Amino acid sequence: MAGIKLDTLTKSYGDTEVLHHIDAAINDGEFVVIVGPSGCGKSTLLRMVAGLESVTSGDVYIGDKRVNDLEPADRDIAMVFQNYALYPHMSVRQNMAYGLKIRKLPKDEIDRRVREAADILEIGQYLDRKPRQLSGGQRQRVAMGRAIVRDPQVFLFDEPLSNLDAKLRVQMRLEIRKLQKRLGVTSIFVTHDQVEAMTLGDRLMVLNAGYVEQFGTPIELYERPASVFVAGFIGSPAMNFIPCNASGTSLTMPNGIGLDTRQTATGKVLLGVRPEHLTPDATGHFKMTIEMLEHLGGVTLLHGILDGTDIQIVASLEGITQHQIGEVLTLSAPTEKLHLFDEATEKRIGD
Amino acid sequence: MIENRPLLAIASHLVLLLGVAMVALPVWITFVGASHEAERMLQVPIPMWPGDQFFVNLKQTFWGSGLSGTATAPVWMMMFNSLMMALMIAFGKIAISLLSAFAIVYFKFPFRMGFFWMIFITLMLPVEVRILPTFEVIAKLGMLNSYWGLTVPLIASATATFMFRQVFLTIPDEMLESARIDGAGPMRFFWDIVIPLSRTNIAALFVILFIYGWNQYLWPLLVTTDSDMSTIVVSIKQMLEAAEQSPQWNIIMMTALLAMIPPIFVVIAMQKLFVQGLTETDK
Amino acid sequence: MLKRVHFPASYLPYLLVAPQVIITVIFFIWPASQAVYQSFLIEDAFGLSTEFVWFENFEYLWGDSHYRSAFGRTLFFSAAVAFLSMSFALILAGFADRIVRGATAYRTLLIWPYAVAPVLAGALFLFMFNPTIGIFPYVLDMIGYDWNHYLNGSQAMFLVILAAAWKQVAYNFLFYLAAMQSIPKSITEAAAIDGAGPIRRFATIIFPLISPTTFFLLVINATYAFFETFGIIHAVTQGGPANSTTTLVYKVFNDGFVGLDLGGSAAQSVILMILVIGMTVIQFRFIEKRVQY
Repeated sequence: MAGIKLDTLTKSYGDTEVLHHIDAAINDGEFVVIVGPSGCGKSTLLRMVAGLESVTSGDVYIGDKRVNDLEPADRDIAMVFQNYALYPHMSVRQNMAYGLKIRKLPKDEIDRRVREAADILEIGQYLDRKPRQLSGGQRQRVAMGRAIVRDPQVFLFDEPLSNLDAKLRVQMRLEIRKLQKRLGVTSIFVTHDQVEAMTLGDRLMVLNAGYVEQFGTPIELYERPASVFVAGFIGSPAMNFIPCNASGTSLTMPNGIGLDTRQTATGKVLLGVRPEHLTPDATGHFKMTIEMLEHLGGVTLLHGILDGTDIQIVASLEGITQHQIGEVLTLSAPTEKLHLFDEATEKRIGD
Repeated sequence: MIENRPLLAIASHLVLLLGVAMVALPVWITFVGASHEAERMLQVPIPMWPGDQFFVNLKQTFWGSGLSGTATAPVWMMMFNSLMMALMIAFGKIAISLLSAFAIVYFKFPFRMGFFWMIFITLMLPVEVRILPTFEVIAKLGMLNSYWGLTVPLIASATATFMFRQVFLTIPDEMLESARIDGAGPMRFFWDIVIPLSRTNIAALFVILFIYGWNQYLWPLLVTTDSDMSTIVVSIKQMLEAAEQSPQWNIIMMTALLAMIPPIFVVIAMQKLFVQGLTETDK
Repeated sequence: MLKRVHFPASYLPYLLVAPQVIITVIFFIWPASQAVYQSFLIEDAFGLSTEFVWFENFEYLWGDSHYRSAFGRTLFFSAAVAFLSMSFALILAGFADRIVRGATAYRTLLIWPYAVAPVLAGALFLFMFNPTIGIFPYVLDMIGYDWNHYLNGSQAMFLVILAAAWKQVAYNFLFYLAAMQSIPKSITEAAAIDGAGPIRRFATIIFPLISPTTFFLLVINATYAFFETFGIIHAVTQGGPANSTTTLVYKVFNDGFVGLDLGGSAAQSVILMILVIGMTVIQFRFIEKRVQY
């Protein structure tokens, strides 16, 4: 088993730098999810760890070993691809055994490992089938099996669930999580889906335009987002942002209403409030005109406009509420749930 | 069928059957000619219905020295030469085209495009336009009257290289990545993944190239002066020349039939692959 | 063109392209450049000395009425072969496309002539049209027409055209049928609802829609008639009588191997090369567009 260390890792294509000085230390046995919008460089980062992309500058360590110049096969990793990349002309058994055969493991050892992995993944009865005879979920399991039999130091997952339908995705998500805990193998998982990221990862690395925005546990990211990007990316529905003028611990909203914060700031700031932290309160500071209602059963989403401005606000209230379109509602949020960001740098202010 | 016009359907079948008959007529006449005695083939009008000498003629043609009174090799020997030439050309073209397409698609190396264009140029230089100098090269290399001389100059192939390049480009990139993580080197990847995934394309191309090789005429005509090396397709011409003195049309037609049967059999037996090969290579 | 991921550079790719490239250089590029070089030379009658004469061989060809008429004859021959075999194939494919069941059976019955070597096709037609024993001269004689392609140049030309077209019908039929079958049924159904009968539909809907195939086949057939019909002519007429069936390729062979005119034959080869290059360019530009349908 081994941890992974990225040291000022940079990737350029020609003159365009797509990943900028990534530093990260992933602990042994940890499950890290790299999350970000498409084109943020998350797959490139994963492929650099795998050895499928060359490193422009900086270093990748797996365990204590610098692996920059090692072939993928020599890095002791296994990878699960988005389209599974099963060899279409080989049976499930041959697919799983291929890497071991190349490593010249004895035949009975190969058989034992394939059998074991097949049992774990419950694909024992499909071993002699070809990939095209399997369903999407079964192929996914075979791809996992191919990774498991190798008994590698690191698992790499490149959006492996995005080709599955919604229900299967939730199920496979839980299975991957359980499997990883059981095997205890250091894992990196790339996804653009923040729910997947929150549920799977011990820690999340949020990547945006080639920069690490924040690297922390799901709770840290939710409670103390380091930037406007992370705050908007994590959580659903997304956080509300209201541009304000700050002076000390008091804020003035565009409609002239003021409120107090724990943080101290001056000048233009962005006030962030999560929809689920807003509650109806006649003494509150947030007065909105309801434009639309979404009844989701467990919660009701209220879409509206902050009174006296044209700022869109979403509030998520528990249960089924009896509000009407056009109604004006006053809401409040606890002071400790208010986030403050510098408008220019978009970085978190205070604590 | 868009409208229900039974008469039109019947007419369509009639036209098609007539077309088939017209296309098949020359071969029917050949077959009839191959089934009569030599004397019968000199009487006008020649028969249009098969005679009873087919197997006699077959035996005489296949094992005997073909046409009596000429110095041609036995037909079985010429068929063997044709088979060797067809197989060597088909396998040779497929082998070297697979290798070069693999290099061009899966490696990045200096002069890659240069090699690509060099191979492309061969498309523009059919043997017919460089007969004399190519013949001189073969003569200088001492390759006249050999299987190598017959085949090697014909096995460079831009068409096959392009086709395999196209096929390889459709293999997902993840196959290579996955194989690299599994520890497969280039040649292992080639054998274990690329070749099995191109199997039907290889088979389809083989069908086309076998026919191409078997039917070569101008090149073997120049390179083989020794009658033991002659191919059956070339020998037909020599027989026609001899026929001007002593016509033995039954033997000539039998030889023509024997020369046609292997490639026609390949086309009909492997029709699906043949059609695939023809449309994929687009010449 | 190249995979996003590829194997690291090493000596290996050079080894892999080596067989193809070596054969290409020795048997294609070197002889072709020799042909170009020789086309600038004139050898004296005894082959003792050669003289570098720039474009004199080409000038000679330009002024040579034999060569000019061979050029025109080749164009006529190609056009006739293409027209004959394409229209025959088009008619058959049009009817085969109408048939619900059995279209593939007809395909099987029609494609095999592709496998017959040109020289054999020549031999077959030579036998059928043999002036003394051939079946067609016999029939023609009954209606008072005298057939002897050994003496009559037009008849000889007709015979090689017939043999060359016969062999090519298979190829054209295959491509025409595939093109017609790839036209969505809904288009012809819409035309039928608009009141167009079968012939009108063929003329106004199907034929225009398969025009890319027609153009493609035109190029292919022209190339075939130019370069692959040597065997037919060699077997049937040997370019005669009185050069009436001598095409460009036949002339290169004849002047080079029989006439041993090194420079003249080389100059002819160079002209042929230019023609092939032109046809290849047309074909490639066209194939790119052809992907659409």
